[in-house]
Amino acid sequence: METFTYYPGCTLRTQAKDLDRYARSSAEALGISLEEPSDWQCCGGAYTTAKDEIATKLSAVRTLNSAKENGRPLITVCSACHNVIKQTNYDISNDEEMASKVNNYLKLDEPYNGETTVYHYLELLRDVIGFDNLSQKVVNPFKGKKIAAYYGCLLLRPSKALAMDDPENPVIMEDFIKAIGGTPVIYAQRNECCGGYITLEDKAQAAKRSSAVMQSAKDQGADMIITACPLCLYNLKKNSGSDLPVYYFTELLAEALGVKEESNE
Amino acid sequence: MNNNLKEQVLRSSGVNVLKCMRCGKCSGTCPSYDEMEYHPHQFVYMVEKGDIDTLMNSKSIYKCLTCFACVDRCPRNVEPAKVVEAVRLAAVRQQGNNHMNPNQIPDMLDDDMPQQAIVTAFRKYIK
Repeated sequence: METFTYYPGCTLRTQAKDLDRYARSSAEALGISLEEPSDWQCCGGAYTTAKDEIATKLSAVRTLNSAKENGRPLITVCSACHNVIKQTNYDISNDEEMASKVNNYLKLDEPYNGETTVYHYLELLRDVIGFDNLSQKVVNPFKGKKIAAYYGCLLLRPSKALAMDDPENPVIMEDFIKAIGGTPVIYAQRNECCGGYITLEDKAQAAKRSSAVMQSAKDQGADMIITACPLCLYNLKKNSGSDLPVYYFTELLAEALGVKEESNE
Repeated sequence: MNNNLKEQVLRSSGVNVLKCMRCGKCSGTCPSYDEMEYHPHQFVYMVEKGDIDTLMNSKSIYKCLTCFACVDRCPRNVEPAKVVEAVRLAAVRQQGNNHMNPNQIPDMLDDDMPQQAIVTAFRKYIK
């Protein structure tokens, strides 16, 4: 059984428990062991791109360094955590001044300079397990189901740091949908923003963005929409006014693998 | 024209505003276009001109959703979102100029609001 360092993040411990629990049960079914560091901190939710912001980048560096010390690649599931940790890792690898300031601040036993490999859970499925192998382990295929993948912003952009897929014509989630037996639905808004955290102070804007996404998926005949992001799920469910069902991709994965019921609390 | 502020925004963002060719693609793709008084291409232009105070005092700095659409879609790799972020930081770093007060948060919540929204807003609005 191959072991990886696993970073859940704050929302997977609270509002997004389904995203976490189905990720864990599915990994076990796929022969992957996820080891959670005991001392992880919240990633901060958004990456601060400013070059003179150092303190706001430290929690992500601590997570990356903890995976380095374990000697194992780091797995993330939440789109926001993935985005923050990937951008931090990219900048610390490519911006010597930032790396030097961060290391002066943290005083680690050995400086951290971007050594850890970070996989989003979808990349784990694609690059480590392989979608062909995944499809052979599916016991409950989503046959005949038209499933719309919602990437949003954080999985794909900025593409030079995230490097998951083509930012304008991604296929990783559609390939995942095919692997679990479903039919992917391509729609215009799949990589446009849901409104994100603006829901806290401007519900109208969040409603405008999230309803555009849902309508676009519905217009293309989707039966359901899947996401990796707790805030996308919230906006699409609560602010869009649409009745199209929204699920975490890990929930469909667990159902396809036949391990959904076992992981109920 | 405020040269100190302009220097600060340029250094903090790491953006070369002179690369912009004013095609407007950043503003065309911005999900907050309708909500903004000044749009991403205007941020780039106004920073070049040194007109930072106007931007710092505009609500537009709190409308960027950090979706990075303008960053990825700019044909000249100008990365306008980094300019917006640097201007917003210049504003919220001023004493007493936080955009959100933690006491306001409980009234903004409902039973399903993810923690991710709250921590992101803190990162964006508060120093």
